[in-house]
Amino acid sequence: MASALINVPAKAKRGDIIEIKTLMSHIMETGFRHTATGEVIPRDIITSFACRYNGTEIFRADLFPAIAANPFITFFTTATASGKFEFEWIGDNGFSETASASITVE
Amino acid sequence: MHQNDSTRRQFLGLAGGAAVLGAVPIVTMRPAEATPAELASAIRSVTGGAAVKTGKVKLDVPPLVENGNTVPLLVSVANPMAPEDHVRSIHVFNEKNPQPNIANFYLGPHSGRAQVSTRIRLADSQKIVAIARLSDGSFWSVSVEVIVTLAACTEEVI
Repeated sequence: MASALINVPAKAKRGDIIEIKTLMSHIMETGFRHTATGEVIPRDIITSFACRYNGTEIFRADLFPAIAANPFITFFTTATASGKFEFEWIGDNGFSETASASITVE
Repeated sequence: MHQNDSTRRQFLGLAGGAAVLGAVPIVTMRPAEATPAELASAIRSVTGGAAVKTGKVKLDVPPLVENGNTVPLLVSVANPMAPEDHVRSIHVFNEKNPQPNIANFYLGPHSGRAQVSTRIRLADSQKIVAIARLSDGSFWSVSVEVIVTLAACTEEVI
């Protein structure tokens, strides 16, 4: 079972620029490695990550095999209103995970 | 004596030539990797052939990497994030991994700060390029050289 780690400040002042840190556990198999017998290990990566803030998309990333295992992504946003951040990871072999975090904006 | 000297010279000349010839296949038979041409075409697919200026973008990567499997990368763009002038996207490329792309990040004026960090893999000592696309349609780039002692991606699994 995949699991996510999310770090969002619990409280912020309106207009503050806040940092969001995310980590999703995933092997991120590149598809370029071989076993000892020479067979290619098929690619298995997360290809897309998105973050929505109260329903509006605020950040999106396309990922490639060059991203290290357990993709760790941090980015910034402006705190505008109390509410919820929703995170979504989509990848090969039907991989799809979501997570959420809430924030209080004063 | 004179005769011996000339054959020795010929022999050395031949040996040198053979060494040069021998080196050619080694160069052409390197494992699958993105060539500078692939890097250029990957960049072109983002910019659409538009001019890319140098500046504004900053890439923080350790110059000497011990383990290519996890390399911290921080990319930031010195540009305001206002609705009328902001960074729309940041694209990161490499020169020698099997694929030229590393990641694309899409931002907006609500981002507040054009800064993203992640961890990447590097298969060899190489050049990393970051390109930022601004809301006015201009492209800005930066490139850094990284030395990698333990490569990622292509090692054998036991």
